[in-house]
Amino acid sequence: MHPILADPRRLALYLAAWIPLVLLLAGVLASTGDFTWIQAGELMVPLAGVYAFVCLSAWYLCRFLPLRTSAIFYLLVTVNAAAAVSSAIWAGAIGWAMAIGFGLEPQYLRQRPILFGAGVLLFDLAAAFHYALAAFETSRQAQARAMQASILAREAELRALKAQIDPHFLFNSLHSISALTASDPAKAREMCVLLSDFLRSSLRMGDRERIPLGEELALARSFLAIQQIRFGSRLRLEEDVSDGATVCLVPPLLLQPLVENAVTHGVATRVDGASIRIEISRTGERVAIRVENTFDKDARRGRGGLGMANVRKRLEVCYGDAASMEVRETGDRFRVDVQFPAEATSVAALAPPAQRGEVQGDEGRDIQ
Amino acid sequence: MNVIRAVIVDDEELARQVVHEMLLPHPEVEVVAECANGFDAVKAVAELSPDLLFLDVQMPKLDGFEVLELIGPDIAVVFTTAYDQYALRAFEVHAVDYLLKPFDATRFDAALERAKERLGTKMPPPSELAAAARAPLQYLERIVVRDGPKVDIIPCERLDYAEAQDDYVLLRSQGKNYLKQETISNLETSLDPAKFVRIHRSYIVNLERIAKIEPYTKDSRVAVLGDGMKLPVSRSGYTRLKELLGEG
Repeated sequence: MHPILADPRRLALYLAAWIPLVLLLAGVLASTGDFTWIQAGELMVPLAGVYAFVCLSAWYLCRFLPLRTSAIFYLLVTVNAAAAVSSAIWAGAIGWAMAIGFGLEPQYLRQRPILFGAGVLLFDLAAAFHYALAAFETSRQAQARAMQASILAREAELRALKAQIDPHFLFNSLHSISALTASDPAKAREMCVLLSDFLRSSLRMGDRERIPLGEELALARSFLAIQQIRFGSRLRLEEDVSDGATVCLVPPLLLQPLVENAVTHGVATRVDGASIRIEISRTGERVAIRVENTFDKDARRGRGGLGMANVRKRLEVCYGDAASMEVRETGDRFRVDVQFPAEATSVAALAPPAQRGEVQGDEGRDIQ
Repeated sequence: MNVIRAVIVDDEELARQVVHEMLLPHPEVEVVAECANGFDAVKAVAELSPDLLFLDVQMPKLDGFEVLELIGPDIAVVFTTAYDQYALRAFEVHAVDYLLKPFDATRFDAALERAKERLGTKMPPPSELAAAARAPLQYLERIVVRDGPKVDIIPCERLDYAEAQDDYVLLRSQGKNYLKQETISNLETSLDPAKFVRIHRSYIVNLERIAKIEPYTKDSRVAVLGDGMKLPVSRSGYTRLKELLGEG
């Protein structure tokens, strides 16, 4: 839709901008001596009124020849050709007809070149104005999109963090620790450390935009190590991870929610437990993550799905159309495939995990 | 001293271990079975008729509430759960004993004391408790029915209709009849009102199964189901049907 025609306020402003131009043009005609001021006014007011609308067609030039992608020479030629054609129709045909109507034909014929020249200039002016308007709209839209993306990212982060500390997981793990304190104190301590590591690293994830996939995998592994103690032989794990992929950068909390979903809807719903398979690979410029688990088809769905929806949304915010997420159920197998463009690890992004290793080392000594 | 026979039900071994450990100072309680899922729990109760059940809420196959529905209200139950805001509210409202994981010996002993006092009294109606433990606006997804030691699970979308029979409801699903001890009004409130409608004092029908409505007497009608079965429709039932189907 035309940005000026669509908005009555803009249209009024645009037409108001034409008033000084009309006066100027009438002044020029009057100064030639062929017209009186009144005659020039009589002719120019309706004529310029018509041309104001003709010049709105410059918008379509803007749309079909955007400033950024068009060759400048071709653009200038096209705009001026359009200006010449418009002006020829306006000054030549419409102007003539009006001049006859007002009985000013001889004067008009003498001053026709001035009118024609003014028509070309006015159209060029209108084209410039429309290009400026288009640039303004584009930048405003880009700004709005950027703002929305950052709001979404923050929201997703917050929600992911909330989902992270799933009360079921937390309290059941604490209960397992409580059980182990009597039967296997060393194991109880091990689980305390695992749980602390997991909580600490997931809390830290929130302030970072991208982390190496390897770090995300480490988080998922510590989550699984805790679940392994809870579920014992009911949780069976397989991994196929290529080193080329783990150095790639990903938004934090991308893999962990998928693994968590596999545990809550796979392992926890089956009497004999389930196997979870994690595959991470890289082919050229794409990274692929697959999390597959067996599950009980008859189990009630209940809660959940939130973590998965989070992952989907984060992928959208971070990569747009360049990422994909596919969820498939075949028989008693549940599979999630996530693909996104590979981003190389930078030195800065690698620094934090090294630091974390030291901190953990210190704490480990304190405990022992 | 009477021995109290108890069954521990939890899918996590470590969690069962905790209950075991906390029962050590209570020789009057004898653990007669440990079950890792709801099916085993229902079977153990049928075979051993224990006095007391420690019952986890989240489990594979059947959850704690479904187990309670299947075993009936005659056994004292202490629920154990890690976190479930709606279940907790239901326990409070119905004054059911429960233990929040993790728990210590003091809390466990207190819950055991209360449970002992309740031995021999009835639990609140299981289906009411289960309904109270569901999140608001969440309806039953499936109905569990026990026939002797056999447990049947009927997904609600496969239920054709339900008919009141004294203290029971007859459930018709895929050409088979099932009997469940529940009132039809209770069942009605548990089912999604957009899919099931009470067409008569004694009947609830799955809207998708209705093929047509035919006049019967001057002010009563019958609903004809896809398989030819005819169910009576009362005048108020017809009004509800019309509202749901959006007809004037």
